[in-house]
Order: sequence, then C-alpha cells, then structure tokens
Amino acid sequence: MAPVAPRSGDAIFASVERVNAELFTLTYGAIVRQLLTDLEEVDEVNKQLDQMGYNIGIRLIDEFLAKSNVSRCIDFKETAEVIAKGLVLASLKSPVKHLPCHGSAFKAIYDITSVGFKMFLGVTASVTNWDADGTCCSIVLEDNPLVDFVELPDTCQGLYYCNILSGVVRGALEMVSMKTEVTWVRDMLRGDDVFELQVKLLKQVPEEYPYKDDE
Amino acid sequence: MQFFGGSEISPSPPAPTASGNNAHMMYVFNRNGVCLLYREWNRPLRTLNAQQDHKLMFGLLFSLKSLTAKMDPTSSAEKGNLGVPQLPGQGCSFHSFRTNTYKLSFMETPSGIKIILVTHPRTGDLRESLKYIYNLYVEYVVKNPLYTPGSPIRCELFNTTLDQYVRGIA
Repeated sequence: MAPVAPRSGDAIFASVERVNAELFTLTYGAIVRQLLTDLEEVDEVNKQLDQMGYNIGIRLIDEFLAKSNVSRCIDFKETAEVIAKGLVLASLKSPVKHLPCHGSAFKAIYDITSVGFKMFLGVTASVTNWDADGTCCSIVLEDNPLVDFVELPDTCQGLYYCNILSGVVRGALEMVSMKTEVTWVRDMLRGDDVFELQVKLLKQVPEEYPYKDDE
Repeated sequence: MQFFGGSEISPSPPAPTASGNNAHMMYVFNRNGVCLLYREWNRPLRTLNAQQDHKLMFGLLFSLKSLTAKMDPTSSAEKGNLGVPQLPGQGCSFHSFRTNTYKLSFMETPSGIKIILVTHPRTGDLRESLKYIYNLYVEYVVKNPLYTPGSPIRCELFNTTLDQYVRGIA
C-alpha cells in the first residue's frame, strides 16, 4: 500500500464547513474584552489567551493529523512547515471546554460554543527566517481576521491581542513531542506590516515507558 | 454518515474485509500510556485484571516497536540502543502481527495515540479501518468539548458508532 500523500492546508480548509468571519471575529473580540474586564491586568490576559490557545491546540492537532494524513513528525523543520502552517491555515476551533471559566463571565460564549461554535481562519501563512541549526523559525501572517475591527487603546498597549494563536501552535507542537516557545515578534496592531510568530524548539521529548517495574 | 456540523469524515469507510463478528477487543492508548478506551466484543478467556491487561498490552507494543526498529535492515537513520525511548513515529513501525489464534492490528499517530484492534487471524489488512477509527475518535471524542484530554473515554455516541463499525469490518 503506497503511503498517502499529506493533504495541504488549503485542501482541508476547502473541505470543512466554515462560519461567518464577522461572527468569529466579534466573538473572539468579546472573549478578549471579557478577559480584560475580569482579569484587569493586561499581562494576565495575555497569559490566559495563551492558555486557552494551548487547550485548543492539544485537541486540534488530532483533527489536523486525521484530516491531513501526516503520518510522522520527527523533523522539526518539516513539521513546523506542515503543522504550524497547516494549523493556522486550516482551522481554529473552539469547543466549550477550552475556555477557562471566570464566574459567569463566559456564559454567553458558552452558549455559542455549545451549539457547535467553529472558527476557521483562511489566511495565508508562511514559514520563514530559519536559523542556522533549524530550531527556530517564524510564522508570518499577512492577514488576520482576528484583528479586523481592532485598534489598541493606550491602556492596552501591552496586550497581545492574538495571543491565542501562539498558544494553539505551542499546544499542537507539544502533542507531537516538540516543546516550543512561541513569541510574537511583529504585530500589526503595534504598527508592523505583518504578524510574525517566532517558534523556537526547546527540546523533543521522546516517548517513555510510563510504568515502573514494581507497579 | 452524517456527523455533527455536517463535516464528512474522510476518507469514507473502507470496504469490509470480512463479515461476521470476528473482532475480539480494542484498545486506545494515549502518549502517556493511559488506556483511554477498552472495548471487548468477544473474549472468552481473561487471565489478568483490567489494569494489568492494559499494562501488558502497552508493554508489548512498546517493546515490539523498539525491537522492530532495531532490526530494521534498510533504514539508515541513527538507531539508539534497544529500549531507549523513541519519538512517536521514529524509526520503522509495524502495523500488525498474526498468531495462529488472533491478529493484532496497530496504528500510532504522530500525536502518540495508539489504536489496537485484535481480531480473528484471517482478517485482512485493517490499516485503513484503523485510520477511520482515528477519524471517529477525532469527531466524537476530541471534538466533544466536555471531554477532558487524557482521561478515559466515556462517550456513548463514540462507543455505539465504534461497535457498529467494527461489527461491519471484522
């Protein structure tokens, strides 16, 4: 049986159902808005968004693998190209449980998510700026529907509005044994011309035998 | 088959390779060796308690994978010592073995999910079927917002769909 060629992010994106971009953008905005109200500190909001993204990422990876026919992820360079790009490209989806609960804050969002809230980003991402030893690269987004209506006010200058994306990439790569550090290098909301996520490979974690001898 | 949200599972289920109820049991492990799911359809003999049984199955796969990779005469990739942990998907991987009384089919995804199906020894190639089961897992378990990743699967819908599917293939 010949191995099936991995499907491209575009092909997957084309085959899944999508939701109105504006609904998605506004809902994401509502989440960020609510986090700002609840947590008050901008740094805390960044952290929370990243955590939410992480929780999405660790699930999303399985869907991605199942739909894309990728059968192995050993080489970081190759994986980053395929997965990081594919993930951002193909789908961003947020079922209910991924959102941490702060009191009743997320009630409205829970309501939406519980009826099958789906987010899909159909943007062009490129993976560039590899360093010499191939452990660090950048994902560049030229367009990002998340920020369609957003302007950072003076009070939120430290906010990484799209921090959920860095969490998604981190979570997904962690599930294929790659511990990474994902940071924003360029942000259109801060006057840069593109969004740039730097992905740095910290280590690859091998599979271990989970049982002790005496168990 | 209609799934939640209308997204079709691809590829569509592969054609059955046999008929009748020949499947014995199935395991799903995650990357940490947690048995997410154990289904049993036809298992006349049971010698161990459930936990020991799962541990033994996981150990069998773990060792076999390590051995098959070590014995690989073709791969030039650098091989560690026997028993040294590998990355999921590293080295070659076996997909089934057959004894005179049963056949074990095995699939591992890059995210470390292992799906094991034990069937009648005369069952045909089940690789596509395992892939399809992985798709079921994604649709019914991973996408279930109330499922906590890494915990045992208790999704009725998944279990019934799985039962139905496995009955169809083996």
